[in-house]
Amino acid sequence: MQRTGTEFGFGFLNTQAAFDIQESIIPYDPATDSYGRVLLAGFLNSLRVIIPGLILTTLLGILAGVVSFSDNWLLRKGSLLYVEIIRNIPLLLQLYFWYRAVFSKLPNPDNRLAWFGSIYLSNRGVFLPWPAMNWQFGSSAIALLVLVIAVGWLWRWRTQLMVETGQSGQSQLLALWALAAIALLLVVFGFGWQIPQETDSAVFDGGLRLSAEFSAILFGLVIYTSAYVSEIVRAGIQSVAKGQWEAARALGLKSGLTMRLVVFPQALRVIIPPLNSQYMNLAKNSSLAIAVGYVDIYSVANTTYNQAGRPVEVMLIIMVTYLILDLMISAVMNTLNNLVQIRER
Amino acid sequence: MTALTPQTADFGPPAAMRDTPINWLKKNLFSPWYNTIITLVIGAIALYAAYTFGNWALTTAQWDVIPRNLQLLMVGRYPSELYWRLWVLLGLVAVFSGLSWGVVARRAPQLYSRNILIGLAIAAGVCLLVPTPLPYRLLLLALLLVIAITAWVGQQAGQRLPALGTWISFGWFGVFVTGLILIGGGFFGLESVGTNEWQGLLLTALTAAISIVLCFPIGVIVALGRRSPLPILRWLCVAYIEVIRGVPLITILFMGQVMIPLFLPEGMRPDRVIRAIVGLTLFSSAYLAENVRGGLQSIPRGQGEAARALGLNPVLTVSLIVLPQALKAVIPAIVGQFISLFQDTTLLAIVGLVELLGISNSILANPQFLGRFSEVYLFDALLFWGFCYAMSAASRWVEAKVNVDH
Repeated sequence: MQRTGTEFGFGFLNTQAAFDIQESIIPYDPATDSYGRVLLAGFLNSLRVIIPGLILTTLLGILAGVVSFSDNWLLRKGSLLYVEIIRNIPLLLQLYFWYRAVFSKLPNPDNRLAWFGSIYLSNRGVFLPWPAMNWQFGSSAIALLVLVIAVGWLWRWRTQLMVETGQSGQSQLLALWALAAIALLLVVFGFGWQIPQETDSAVFDGGLRLSAEFSAILFGLVIYTSAYVSEIVRAGIQSVAKGQWEAARALGLKSGLTMRLVVFPQALRVIIPPLNSQYMNLAKNSSLAIAVGYVDIYSVANTTYNQAGRPVEVMLIIMVTYLILDLMISAVMNTLNNLVQIRER
Repeated sequence: MTALTPQTADFGPPAAMRDTPINWLKKNLFSPWYNTIITLVIGAIALYAAYTFGNWALTTAQWDVIPRNLQLLMVGRYPSELYWRLWVLLGLVAVFSGLSWGVVARRAPQLYSRNILIGLAIAAGVCLLVPTPLPYRLLLLALLLVIAITAWVGQQAGQRLPALGTWISFGWFGVFVTGLILIGGGFFGLESVGTNEWQGLLLTALTAAISIVLCFPIGVIVALGRRSPLPILRWLCVAYIEVIRGVPLITILFMGQVMIPLFLPEGMRPDRVIRAIVGLTLFSSAYLAENVRGGLQSIPRGQGEAARALGLNPVLTVSLIVLPQALKAVIPAIVGQFISLFQDTTLLAIVGLVELLGISNSILANPQFLGRFSEVYLFDALLFWGFCYAMSAASRWVEAKVNVDH
């Protein structure tokens, strides 16, 4: 460092960045804003991939894992095929494939693919219906949250009643259905969904636009990590003793209920620790966004290094960022782990 | 009297439970009503996908990009008059793979079982259909034949010489060193080939092999260090593992390309391939250390204590008693780590090295082959899939054979 004549310090974060980034959730203007701001924008872009990525991976991974125990031969083999194909191909290759051979090769906006008159796919990106961010959506979301809490409370009360007094729980079940119907109405009508409308030729207004780069990195990460999550879920379910299945069947539970009430809660104890490391892998692999041209924290840091020099400082920033991400994921997963552990007396 | 003892007594299960194709379909695809719906929907989607893909692959796809660039994809700009060195290396690898296969399977009643014969036939078909000049195809077929023959030799020799396994392990190390010399040259009158001419699948395989060979001992040492009673050593190992595992591989490769030259004196700049290998090795050994630590923790304390009671010193205790058992317990995890290391070599494309993915990208940047992304990437995917699947299948097979000993 002495050779290159630079001094260690983070002062450069306040100087003007002067490079543009394609997308950002916070306002960013390369003419005035600093390196600090562009790094923050990159970090938020990373989160924008990681958080939906974690949710979708969990859903798809659990689905694929559970389905590998299905009675249906086609589903079982389909799940196996998916896992064996995806796990044996490098993620970066898959990302290049999704971005350059799929999302960039979609038809141009004039010949876009459309589904249900509200979802559009073109090489400019994916357009989805999305709630408008206004007071109506806010109040509906709060109402929905209240409803969810009420449902949770009602469910526990019903279970308690059924266990302690042997009641059938039918009236509470009716109430639960009514609440669910209200929630559904709230989601459909209260959220103020905006359907992408074509204002000019091939220019859309309203709804949510996901760029081709974002779609490719999110899609690629979810498909790849879900294959691993599916294997973890499968191993977890296999670790539950066979007697548990048989006992549940002997008590008259159907296979779906057996899975949901008896096997899966026990499997969770085995699933969560390795799941934690897969989640961290997803967060770390999101740095491969640079390959598809999506501007995440790593990509921004790379440009910053190229412009401002400062390899050591940039490196430290990247390390600390991913460390924070890892710690956040770990904290959530450890809380979850404590919830599902066996409580020994 | 004969009427009372019917000749065609049927003691099988009732008709509804027999293994007829119809019953199989009923049981596996259409049993409760919802399974029928699932089967129909999934079946329709699968058929549609297969039809679309088949239609694309047979009519729209322009596969000529693969045969025209096959040499580039495999070895890049490696000088063509020196290809014989690579074939010699492949031959050595074939001989030792065959021998190892034979030795591991020395107790198997039948070396060439039906599945293996089918596999060999498929491999022979692939060798003959590879779109290269005929001599190369025949060479590939010869390599396959060498593997099959040396497997038989290995089995016969393995039954007579129990120590052969150890010798073959050393032999593999010899193959590794010979391979490096053959590829790089510069010794024994072999013409030197610079690292910037190591490209394509050759570079992928080479970086993966070197990193695997290097990261294994480092991983074991760090894992032992993490369990060491010396606090400073332990903290150093913990810090190393946690820092490396906390950041993405791409940052470590980036650090290798940027920071290593920064901290070394002016005249000492290792070349890019070596820096990349250093990055991959540092990254992989941290993960490997955690796998090995898992194995070490699974060994009961009594093993170490018994060894100490027999008078073994700490080094011998670890190397003769604890480590062999610990490593055996985590073979699948270690092989899994090697496979992901092999896959991670693709990241070298981002830091500017032309391994398989990097050279694919440069072929795709050629205006002649513009837009053939699907064809080239699918070919790469097939190669990677083949290697990774073979590695995991081999590890499962070896594990099954090794565990027979107990």
